[in-house]
Amino acid sequence: MRLTLRIWRQRGPEDRGAMATYELDGIAPEMSFLEMLDTLNEELADRGEEPVAFDHDCREGICGACGVVIDGQAHGPEPTTTCQLHMRHFSDGDTIDVEPWRAAAFPVVKDLVVDRSAFDRIIGAGGYVTAPTGSAPEAHSTPVPKDAADTAFEHAECIGCGACVAACPNGSAMLFTSAKVNHLNSLPQGAPERETRVLDMVDQMDTEGFGGCTLAGECATACPKDIPLPSIAAMNREYLRAVRKG
Amino acid sequence: MATATAKTPTDRGGERSASGTAPARRLGPLRRMWRSSIGKKTVMAVSGLLMLGYLVVHMLGNLKIFFGADEFNGYAHWLRTIGEPFLHHEWFLWIARVVLVAAVVAHAVSAYQLSRRDLAARPVKYAHRKARTSYATRTMRWGGVIVGLFVVWHILDLTTGTVNPRGQAGHPYENVVAAFTTWYGNVIYVVAMLAVGLHVRHGFYSAAQTLGATRAGLRRGLSAASNVLAVVLTAGFLSVPIAVMTGAVH
Ligand code: FES
Repeated sequence: MRLTLRIWRQRGPEDRGAMATYELDGIAPEMSFLEMLDTLNEELADRGEEPVAFDHDCREGICGACGVVIDGQAHGPEPTTTCQLHMRHFSDGDTIDVEPWRAAAFPVVKDLVVDRSAFDRIIGAGGYVTAPTGSAPEAHSTPVPKDAADTAFEHAECIGCGACVAACPNGSAMLFTSAKVNHLNSLPQGAPERETRVLDMVDQMDTEGFGGCTLAGECATACPKDIPLPSIAAMNREYLRAVRKG
Repeated sequence: MATATAKTPTDRGGERSASGTAPARRLGPLRRMWRSSIGKKTVMAVSGLLMLGYLVVHMLGNLKIFFGADEFNGYAHWLRTIGEPFLHHEWFLWIARVVLVAAVVAHAVSAYQLSRRDLAARPVKYAHRKARTSYATRTMRWGGVIVGLFVVWHILDLTTGTVNPRGQAGHPYENVVAAFTTWYGNVIYVVAMLAVGLHVRHGFYSAAQTLGATRAGLRRGLSAASNVLAVVLTAGFLSVPIAVMTGAVH
């Protein structure tokens, strides 16, 4: 199929950047969105032009490296990651707009690549458990209730792709942070840092310049891993509990 | 420990508080809370619920107008005597006013600071705009400003009587009727009450989420309650000008 692509091009962090238009032919419906960009880049390279920079790693929907805004939607029209989005969801003759995640806390590095290390610093502020490393612990030494395990697992699915921030009108990282907080705070292994974790991670989230939650719900809609919107309320609850406990 | 201000993306490492210097974990719980986005949202939620409670009582009190001038004016007078003889005349009223002003200020200051943060967090808009969130959600900020301005007008109209066509102290029934005989009085009131309805629709449920209402059944109930509150409040308030305009109250 034949497509018109309008892609954000920006040479570097200081460059102003602009949308550039490309015509692309011979796209097969079974290609992934990233393969489509690969095809474009091969053509650009052949013509001696600079290829479009975009992030990717696993291309299996599990690493969270990929992620662009396609026609105004983070990861495009399907509830999945950009690497798992297939061109069959577009039609011949479509014009597709491709932009980087937009948030003050995710500065553009180049073209469609943004710096998401703000997420790493939120994790560094409390997204861990204190446990002796080395030999693996006896699996049954810490019993985990079924519902706690389920809650933890649901939130552990977050791959940190940043689609929630990209989709939120306030550039808020509440869904990401809540996924991490709820994942560890619902487990007995996370109990020793239950209060400091939520307080420190929320502080770091604010420090990084993410906005707040106004319950627009865009984050949960964009999330490729179905982290539910009420996770944010659950984190608010943890936060207020931690403040009360001092 | 880093002490630089958190503006450039490369120098944000280390433990730092939202507004720069002192690490947040060294602060007392209240100061730490006020600095954080969730803390400010909590202030908004609590002050909002307080004002919402007041609005419900206010709306129900307004309906007394349908029982005639004597009952309405009597009710207005009784408001001044609540708490007597333990409280002095009008003291209850003044306590309520102080609490409400505090709630308005807390709500507005947090909203302003949070909005500034939110807007700064998304400095570049997408070239491709898609359909946005619900009308009630995206009108919260300006809707709130409209309601705030209306409160000023409303006090000048029916409390001090400054802009009221009649404005006679001790005659609230007659003043209300006079207020709704002017076209601008009606327009301002109707617009403001629609804004209140929209604000409550998104605000009540949001407040519950801020305060941590997570159970699925509870959330469904609160969401429904939001809609009911919004509709009942708006309809109740609007019934008065409509009654004056149609001549049912005169
Ligand atoms: S490349 Fe790993 S999730 Fe898309």
